Amino acid sequence: MDKVILGALRSLGQKVTSRIWRLGYASRFFLAMLLHSGTALRRLNLTIREIYFTGVLSLIIILVSGMFVGMVLGLQGYDTLQRYGSTEALGVLVSLSLVRELGPVVAALLFASRAGSAITAEIGMMKATEQLSAMEMMAVDPIARVVAPRFWGGVISMPLLAALFSAMGIFGGYLVGVQLIGVDEGSFWSQMQASVDFREDILNGVIKSFVFGIIVSWVAVFEGYDAEPTAEGVSGATTRTVVTSSLAILAADFILTAFMFTGT
Amino acid sequence: MSQEPLVEIRDLNFTYDSRPVLTGINMTIPKGKVVAVMGSSGCGKTTTLRVIGGQLKPTSGTVTVGGQAVHELDGDGLYALRRRMGMLFQFGALFTDMSVYDNIAFQMREHTDLPESVIRDLVMMKLHAVGLRGAHDLMPAELSGGMARRVALARAVALDPMLILYDEPFAGLDPISLSIIGELIRKLNDVLGASSVVVTHDVQESLKIVDYVYFVSAGKIVAEGTAEEIKRSTVPYVHQFVWGEADGPVPFHYPARPYGDEIMERPSLRG
Repeated sequence: MDKVILGALRSLGQKVTSRIWRLGYASRFFLAMLLHSGTALRRLNLTIREIYFTGVLSLIIILVSGMFVGMVLGLQGYDTLQRYGSTEALGVLVSLSLVRELGPVVAALLFASRAGSAITAEIGMMKATEQLSAMEMMAVDPIARVVAPRFWGGVISMPLLAALFSAMGIFGGYLVGVQLIGVDEGSFWSQMQASVDFREDILNGVIKSFVFGIIVSWVAVFEGYDAEPTAEGVSGATTRTVVTSSLAILAADFILTAFMFTGT
Repeated sequence: MSQEPLVEIRDLNFTYDSRPVLTGINMTIPKGKVVAVMGSSGCGKTTTLRVIGGQLKPTSGTVTVGGQAVHELDGDGLYALRRRMGMLFQFGALFTDMSVYDNIAFQMREHTDLPESVIRDLVMMKLHAVGLRGAHDLMPAELSGGMARRVALARAVALDPMLILYDEPFAGLDPISLSIIGELIRKLNDVLGASSVVVTHDVQESLKIVDYVYFVSAGKIVAEGTAEEIKRSTVPYVHQFVWGEADGPVPFHYPARPYGDEIMERPSLRG
């Protein structure tokens, strides 16, 4: 019996320490990446190429999802607001939900599964086929040449994608609320304009999506770089990217919201 | 072996997870020569190559390349030295997101400020040397195994290195590609005035082109000499290896407990 308890404790301890060790390793990797970002920022075409792959190619899924989320908000919001006879506030409800929460969070979750997984798989495969080793042997630092541009490409793309998501969402809410259901168009827009604050709402939303961009890109490049150089290893790393970054996005969102929107 | 050495390895030991991989390795690669490191899979020959390239640090012993102790160099020093080395990886390791042309131009663009027109001439020259000038705009996925290896070879010599390292250059090639790669290794070495280290288990092909051979078994050098000396060697391991005999000092069976015990014991009785 003692043995069983001891064994369970030991494996629990080992799991905890190995997680902490890995977090430390990921943090050191993050620092090394920041220190080696000179190339990515100096040779902007490297980063712009990654913005194309992570940002531009994610546009379709972001725009379409944003539109549908906004349309659903329009339907649900109208249903609730009409009970209190305040359907003209629909514009406020849709826009605040989007710029404060849904825009940054849902766009980041989509970004993690669309672009984050692709970054991990690409870097992991480059490692598995010795392309990263080959680069090292050619005296080119893979962290500077491969990892950092992908990281910065993701960090730059994320706030832009979230903004587009919110814009499409508001348009979707307008389509359903005003065009389909018939909420007054004037009050829809004017109430929105009067209630959405630039600093309090929009800027905080942008800060959120910027933080999420760092989280997703960091997790994606780290998992790729750290992947076991086999087919199985790369597939595991890709899954971990999506799971870890999604959980981290939601946790970070709670913390950021608690600090940003205190209700005062 | 009286020429001036380019690479010198003295008393090299390397342990991985407290398991000895290399013990007491001494090797000399003279300037202008092609030297093979042979042995069966997992004997530590690729590790030797990685220690020379500075990707692994020796546990003890010294490795000097061109008079510089590789294991004592810092990051910048190591990168400066690697600019004068070329390496061919086992399966080419071409950058799959770049065309053949861009693969070969990669180091020129990263390390020099040469204008694009000069880079173009250099790339075409390198591709012409391996007979693939016509394939410059293909992507790596469109190449056959042998062609990919030749492109990787052209990339390895892109900056006219003083030392070329080959990791299993013959693995998985058809007989024609095999002899093309073999001839190219010899020709490029002599034309560039470089020195080459070829890690391989392909005895017949490499004995045709190399000047000197080191035989590694279980992390130790068990024999060395010219190709002729190796063919005549009476060391049992070398004899078995060169003539490809199934059984000998390298046993056919992986170590196991006695066969009788294995079949007499029923699975249900195992503790």
